[in-house]
Amino acid sequence: MTYEFLQNYWWCLIALLGGLLVALMFVQGANLHLGNRKLSDLQKRVILNSTGRKWELTFTTLVTFGGAFFASFPLFYSTSFGGAYWVWVLLLITFVFQAVSYEFQNKKENLLGVKSFRIALMVNGFLAPFLVGTAVGTFFTGSDFTVNKLAIADPSSPVISVWGNGWHGLDALGQYHAVLLGCALVFLTAILGALFVLSNVDDDEIHSESRRSIKVATGPFLLFFLTWTVILLVRQGYAVSDTGVVSLEKFKYLHNLLQMPAVLVMLLAGVVLVLWGIWKGGFTKSRKGFWLAAPGTVLVVMAVFFLAGFNGTAYYPSCADLQSSLTIRDSSSSLFTLKVMSWVSLLIPFVLAYIVFAWRAMDKKRISGEEISGTPDKY
Amino acid sequence: MTAAYHWLFVPLTLGLAMAMAIMETLYVVKKDEFWKKAAKFWIKLFAINFAVGIATGIILEFEFGTNWSNYSWFVGDMFGAPLAIEGILAFFMEATFFAVMFFGWEKVSPKFHLASTWLTGIGATISAYWILVANGWMQNPVGTTFNPDTVRSEMASAAAFWQVISNPVAVSKFCHSVTSGWVTGGIFVVGVSAWYLLKNRHIEFAKRSMLIGVIVGLVGSGAVMLSGDSSGVHAAEFQPMKLAAAEGLKDGGKRASFTIIPGVKIPGMLSVLATHKLDGFVPGINDILNGYTDDEGNVIPSVADKMAMGREALDALATYRERKDSDPAAAAAALEVLRANERYMGYGHLEKPEDIVPPVGVVFWAFRLMIGFGMLIALVLLLCAIGLWKDKLGSWKWLLWAGIICIPLAYITGQCGWIVAEVGRQPWTIQGILPVNVAISSLSAAAVKTTFFVFLAVFALFLVIEIRILLGAIRKGPDFVEPEKR
Repeated sequence: MTYEFLQNYWWCLIALLGGLLVALMFVQGANLHLGNRKLSDLQKRVILNSTGRKWELTFTTLVTFGGAFFASFPLFYSTSFGGAYWVWVLLLITFVFQAVSYEFQNKKENLLGVKSFRIALMVNGFLAPFLVGTAVGTFFTGSDFTVNKLAIADPSSPVISVWGNGWHGLDALGQYHAVLLGCALVFLTAILGALFVLSNVDDDEIHSESRRSIKVATGPFLLFFLTWTVILLVRQGYAVSDTGVVSLEKFKYLHNLLQMPAVLVMLLAGVVLVLWGIWKGGFTKSRKGFWLAAPGTVLVVMAVFFLAGFNGTAYYPSCADLQSSLTIRDSSSSLFTLKVMSWVSLLIPFVLAYIVFAWRAMDKKRISGEEISGTPDKY
Repeated sequence: MTAAYHWLFVPLTLGLAMAMAIMETLYVVKKDEFWKKAAKFWIKLFAINFAVGIATGIILEFEFGTNWSNYSWFVGDMFGAPLAIEGILAFFMEATFFAVMFFGWEKVSPKFHLASTWLTGIGATISAYWILVANGWMQNPVGTTFNPDTVRSEMASAAAFWQVISNPVAVSKFCHSVTSGWVTGGIFVVGVSAWYLLKNRHIEFAKRSMLIGVIVGLVGSGAVMLSGDSSGVHAAEFQPMKLAAAEGLKDGGKRASFTIIPGVKIPGMLSVLATHKLDGFVPGINDILNGYTDDEGNVIPSVADKMAMGREALDALATYRERKDSDPAAAAAALEVLRANERYMGYGHLEKPEDIVPPVGVVFWAFRLMIGFGMLIALVLLLCAIGLWKDKLGSWKWLLWAGIICIPLAYITGQCGWIVAEVGRQPWTIQGILPVNVAISSLSAAAVKTTFFVFLAVFALFLVIEIRILLGAIRKGPDFVEPEKR
């Protein structure tokens, strides 16, 4: 196993984790529906308990996504998390509130009342996909930072990665191209959430409301996503030569797509699956749309990560100093660490297997209002 | 700071997981509905605690990146493997089976449910191991090679990896933390049960639960003392400054005496504890500052000398990186200087020798409180065991009160332990390699303060809510129609 192979392998795993994370953010998307006025309190509680049995998976995937980035590409971790500080801190705060909101909201001693915790879930439902999408968007627009490894030998200013402005990540909100991806993700996760509820819950009114929201969210999703894609394909990209020199290349991402036909196929297949899932869920009587749209989402996100990092591309470009841009080659862990982690990663199928097993065992019977009123084991 | 907060919630998770898993095992093995209801009650309390535990845990993980940017680059390669293993093995196990445990009573078979309860606990414990491998490495950085091309610590071989995961500091830390978690969980069950006994409610449930709590707690106490002892020996070996601070030992020597409280000393005791030899040499703060010769005859240079060597290493690193391409010979020479001095490179970042002394008063008193309360808790547990055995608990009201009071004491003990371990190693984030002022991100102090206080407020709020909900759930009691009063 060569160093290069392992670095690419770990980029694939990061992409896979990213894909799973976005697909699992159906939890966030579904929580947005807690604001729907047409649903009764019990119906909201049914939705809450439906996502409530899954939120730990999303949360854990986020943690593992961050951990995997730390472990395999530590320079990205230190540069982006320490630099685009506020974006990540904001994201974390919403997730912290989300984590306790399930457990606390229906307890009478919770001080703040049901409503505040529901609002916390909805804020997380919006901000989490928005911030993650925008952050991934900066993989293509570039960010304002410099990297100087020699700094550590200089006691007066020892920090290696330095952000170029005081906004510390909030500057990404000024990058309209990155923001487009954030918006697209908000609507996508809302759709996925509705599709999940449709498949997981037994309640006619919730079903018709879910179908309605799928129809409503599909338009904006397609608008944002397609605009983002078109701009991506025509914009300048950050190319890396074999010697590691970064330069701007016109139509770089279009070139990437054409030079890596497998990625093109993935992207198209993913988009088709997502649309098919939307069609099935929103416009037919079927309740299984989620199982098309979620894998489709994974494929699309993976293709996006591949476009950002493979084929001689800097995945975390710096617009302040081109040569500070991070590439898969120069930001990874050492050969040996990657090797050990790769052996460990062979356990992933096993982990996936028990997750699927537990998931199926728990969801054999769909959740209904009667169940939630009847059982003490609920949020 | 966040770490200390996280540690408020973790021990209960670990300990309670043990207690409830045992109860549920009793249910499945004995087919006794009583234990199912008992386990269900404790799991409910567990869930309330667990939510806050993971909420604080995620902050901790990402804080490495957000606030300790340099540090994350520097150690990313060392932590990568342990953390990847933690994520893949432990986190998903916890998350998946927690959901089954909490919601699955009516949905899966009793055996599958039991397996889930155990797996949740085991997952939490495995995750504790790997995170303490990372922490242990910061205290005793083994198996690492400094790579001047990438400017970070790297793991170079399987032997190095093995050194990292079997790091004696990590192992004893793990045992110490996990078993102290059992004590916390045990005393929690005991204290809550004691409250029911005082209120004359759920008597049978309380007695039986208390028995489990006492067992878990006592086993934990014994193991905590053993592992605490080996932690002390490791501190003496790898972090003498921490030990000196914990003891408030200005000038060391052979047959060093152990201070119980200022003024009361046991001669020679410290040498025995720290080196397991009556004549063992234990360096004091001044010895470490000025240099000394240890028991094996190794000469330990003074901090000023170490700083000079550290500066030389840093200068050599700069020269090496500047000349690497243009002047290979000069670069090779610089590399040699770097290699000769690199073990003290971290000292090159210090401003004056006294920087290596942690806040002695804090560490000293935290250490005393930890040991004192720990002993007290063990005593209360032991008395409870006797009370249960002789069936005298009903009349020993004072002991029941003591059991309740021990719950907050257990938390204070845990926090003190954390203070000894983490404040005691200041200024190092990585012992001898990376002091705190170099580990940071380039953020304004205001930004860091804002986030700090936001998190402080948020977690304080959560803590208050959690305690209220816990108290509410305890007041409500388990799901029995109280037929079992005898």
